[in-house]
Amino acid sequence: MKLLSAFLILLTLSGCASSDVWGWYVIDPTTKSGWINIKFLINGMGNTILISLIAAFFSIALGLLVALPALSHRRWLRIVNRIYVEFVRSIPLLPMLFWVFYGLPIIFKSMGLNIPIDPFWGAVITLALSDSAFTAEIYRSGIQSIARGQTEAAQTVGLSYAQTMRYVILPQAIRRILPPLANQFIYIVKMSAFASVIGMQELTRRANELVVSEYRPLELYTFLILEYLVLVLIISAGVRWLERRMGADERS
Amino acid sequence: MSDNKIEMIGVNKWFGDFHVLKDINLTVKSGERVVICGPSGSGKSTVVRCINRLEEHQSGIIRVDGIELTNDKAAIATIRSEVGMVFQQFNLFPHLSVLDNLILGPMKARGLSRTEATDRAMHYLERVRIPEQADKRPSQLSGGQQQRVAIARSLTMEPKVMLFDEPTSALDPEMISEVLDVMVSLAQDGMTMIVVTHEMGFARKVADQMIFMDSGEIVEAGPPEPFFTAPKSGRCQKFLSQILQH
Ligand SMILES: Nc1ncnc2c1ncn2[C@@H]1O[C@H](COP(=O)(O)OP(=O)(O)O)[C@@H](O)[C@H]1O
Ligand SMILES: [Mg+2]
Repeated sequence: MKLLSAFLILLTLSGCASSDVWGWYVIDPTTKSGWINIKFLINGMGNTILISLIAAFFSIALGLLVALPALSHRRWLRIVNRIYVEFVRSIPLLPMLFWVFYGLPIIFKSMGLNIPIDPFWGAVITLALSDSAFTAEIYRSGIQSIARGQTEAAQTVGLSYAQTMRYVILPQAIRRILPPLANQFIYIVKMSAFASVIGMQELTRRANELVVSEYRPLELYTFLILEYLVLVLIISAGVRWLERRMGADERS
Repeated sequence: MSDNKIEMIGVNKWFGDFHVLKDINLTVKSGERVVICGPSGSGKSTVVRCINRLEEHQSGIIRVDGIELTNDKAAIATIRSEVGMVFQQFNLFPHLSVLDNLILGPMKARGLSRTEATDRAMHYLERVRIPEQADKRPSQLSGGQQQRVAIARSLTMEPKVMLFDEPTSALDPEMISEVLDVMVSLAQDGMTMIVVTHEMGFARKVADQMIFMDSGEIVEAGPPEPFFTAPKSGRCQKFLSQILQH
């Protein structure tokens, strides 16, 4: 359905090609320069995907680390979790990116450390940090959604806390955690566009650079949006597949 | 050592400001069957849950098989290994097959091999008369079957005492008797049991001791005969006449 409407939009747009509003020649694959432009644009895809994957990996690990104190019966640990989540969640991505890319190296230097942060790692760190507040919440609610009766039943058959987590709680929670976690990957992919402002050669940066030389913002940004659309549609298809699988598991 | 399996002496418990258990005294001898009844919210579940430390009491003494319940983790573990519990909501592990529900405790907590645990599990599944359901998931069973699996799961830990917290309250009426039958046969085999239930037919059949609770207190306690025929307190009389009407 979504693919169909995307296709229709594309048709409508190309229908306007004759008017002087549009100049699709800039990415016309039948001309040599058009083809070179297309290749230049699509080449950013690798970095967009790589940044997103690595950031997602760190966010998934960091999120679990942040979520565990939220499940403690110690109040101060729960407070630590709340502060982290509320704080990180309220920082807009762009300022955080600037802070990490331009600010963090200064802190490192003041500590006598020489850790340069290039655009790639700047983007990865920022995306992972920003996303971790959300993944932590996903873990927390997933684990808390497993009824207290499960823990109690596990205790009455003699399982320790660690055994209860491993054999009873986490196997059930994972079914509720994985789909929203995969969904969160879409957020990372879209937010990775911000990496363009610190010079990272990903999809958005490439489109920007071409716009500067070709003066065709309408066509190039349309193409850019379609690139993200395709990427996100593929991921959401994966998420839906995962949801179906997890759901089927739970019912069987 | 005395043959008292469970002793509660002057036990008090609060939930915040709410005094939920008031000076509870209860002794259960080996092989004895105790049935607790009382209106909803009177503290029946809390009494039972204190015995295996799912809830913590704040004053008084609770001893299980001579071991006192304190914050000592080892004592809690020992007591839990001797006390089985059956919940109103079954609390089976939904992601595991019936057999895996039964072997988890014996394997992980008791260190039995898979073969030993499976043998034991099948023995108790036959005991509750559903060995043919071993490979199914709990959700594929009826409520009555699920509760029988839950009973079998407790039995695989070979407890000395079994606690039942309203085991038939979540069941459709036609399934109640299959669960009660299993409990009666356990009682006949000499299992020490504390059962919270409103099934008075069952209580008359198996109880050695009846207990009526109201507002966190044990209001009336004693053998079934005077308890059912001539309850002393008005509250107990009223309660019994209400539930026996059904
Ligand atoms: N975890 C809890 N926190 C606060 N109040 C509770 C909690 N558990 C039970 N209560 C309250 O304690 C009282 C006794 O509960 P319970 O032992 O479950 O009663 P019963 O099993 O007789 O229905 C009820 O008023 C209930 O609301
Ligand atoms: Mg109750």
